[in-house]
Amino acid sequence: MATTTTTPTAEAPATPPEPTGKPTGSLWRAVLASEWTKLRTVRSTVWTLFATFVVTIGIGSLIALARTSRWDNLSLHDKLTFDPTSFSLRGVFLAQLAIGVLGVLIVSSEYSSGMIRTTFAAVPQRRVVLYSKAIVFAIVAYVTTAIACLAAFLIGQAIFAGTRLPTGAVLGVSLSSPGALRSVLLAAFYLTVVGIIGLALGSLLRRTAGAIATLFGIVFVLPILTSALPSPWDTDVGKYLPSGAGVASFTVKHTSDLLHPGAGFLVLVGYVLFALWIAGFALTRRDA
Amino acid sequence: MIEARGLTKRYGATLAVDDLSFEIKPGTVTGFLGPNGAGKTTTMRCILGLDHPTKGSVTVNGRPYAERRFPLHEVGALLDASAVQPGRRADQHLWALAQSNRIPRTRVHEVLELVGLTGVARKRIGTFSLGMNQRLGIAATLLGDPGVLMFDEPVNGLDPEGIVWIRHLFKRLAAEGRTVFVSSHLMSEMALTAENLIVIGRGHLIAQGAIDELTSRTAGNVLVKSPQAEELTRLLIDQQAKVELDGSAIRVRGLNAPAIGELAAAHGIVLHELAPELASLEETFFELTGESVEYRADEPVPSRGA
Repeated sequence: MATTTTTPTAEAPATPPEPTGKPTGSLWRAVLASEWTKLRTVRSTVWTLFATFVVTIGIGSLIALARTSRWDNLSLHDKLTFDPTSFSLRGVFLAQLAIGVLGVLIVSSEYSSGMIRTTFAAVPQRRVVLYSKAIVFAIVAYVTTAIACLAAFLIGQAIFAGTRLPTGAVLGVSLSSPGALRSVLLAAFYLTVVGIIGLALGSLLRRTAGAIATLFGIVFVLPILTSALPSPWDTDVGKYLPSGAGVASFTVKHTSDLLHPGAGFLVLVGYVLFALWIAGFALTRRDA
Repeated sequence: MIEARGLTKRYGATLAVDDLSFEIKPGTVTGFLGPNGAGKTTTMRCILGLDHPTKGSVTVNGRPYAERRFPLHEVGALLDASAVQPGRRADQHLWALAQSNRIPRTRVHEVLELVGLTGVARKRIGTFSLGMNQRLGIAATLLGDPGVLMFDEPVNGLDPEGIVWIRHLFKRLAAEGRTVFVSSHLMSEMALTAENLIVIGRGHLIAQGAIDELTSRTAGNVLVKSPQAEELTRLLIDQQAKVELDGSAIRVRGLNAPAIGELAAAHGIVLHELAPELASLEETFFELTGESVEYRADEPVPSRGA
């Protein structure tokens, strides 16, 4: 194995070697390329994205099937306010678990293995590392979830197509109907947002278990707690939570307890910026 | 060139590194010696900008590490060889690091070749032995062909062949004019690789200098054989040295071998043997760090000399 058995000379030349070909160029491009390599070379990426995909489509289809099989039991009001778009995208509520885990792991797995110190020794500009991770993750997550949400929507609508409204119209809608495409794209955006919040939590807490628990507290437990508040606080608070803003962004038939889709989108953007800012702030101040 | 000035690092109530100043020069292997918990790793983390010093500063080639863009071209460091993600292949791990510093892909294969891991380049790191991990870590430090190299306890987990290999590698890197800074708690290892030493204990600097100087300055037993032993003994005692009889030889303490040789020559005394006792680095270490061992099991070792 010893490929270097040249006998060392005791006398050393005084001049250290010049740094060879000091590289110039974009730090961001370099770190983005590096983070892309890291993301695609661990198995957790493939598994969590696969789970996100399967759950989004699978749960969406199951809910659509269940709804249509019990369609005749619904009241007239429920039938008329039924939102076939958002129902076909309900798999998102379980899929956020899988994509959230991937977001957390992107940072926390580097802490648990110790790799993060190698990473920061190679790139002392820690914010560039964090934001490069977020950008690479966001692109991969959005592409995956957009395809998954589109598939869930199309399968769901195909299932709904066999059922008719009391007006005689077909229950299913097409992608070109008002709000449908926007809902599909924003459902994927919501999933990506949950993943980025997970990534920020992974960076802040450094522990996989703690970050996942906190993320689930935010997206699953907080809505339950706020719904226990007296009216109108329950909906007033609940619609500004990430989950509430997410639902608003991919719902077509709006109710008063939801934000306007555009507002929901902006709230999600706000959460992402805040999460990344605070994670970046802490990252540069703490020891690695 | 690594330079620390008043480097101090406190973690809560623990003062890990206390007012440490040193200079590490290019072209030699400098050993960083101290008992476990002495602050060696903390010092290295501060050098790499991973930990922020509480007080003082440390620079590499005149600049703080963290100000560097693409630092792997100037500094390569291995703190913990097991700190890698096990699911990744060896070549993927190195390629990700290379990309972050704009190092070409061909270099990945070069460094794998250099450490003898070409055959397992496409294997997952999780399947590697301790020694292979260590070699992978060393490969990573060499990626940018840096002028400054730093290794924290690099021989841990290596087999004897690996240890010999690593000693040669360090000496060769130093001979190429690079700064090589190697920490260890094993004095015997340092005796074989390092030319200069920085000794710390409980975060304090205890000694620094050339290894020969340090060993002759302290411990320094010298075994002397001479047909005129009686006359020599008298002269040595006049020089304040301690002398004891050991069979046909005398053991001298408090005067180093060159001084004894010169003394003998000046008085026309014939010497048959003049041998500095080589275990002395270990004794030096104990003498130097005696008061500063963090975790101790047995009875106190002799306190260190002034």
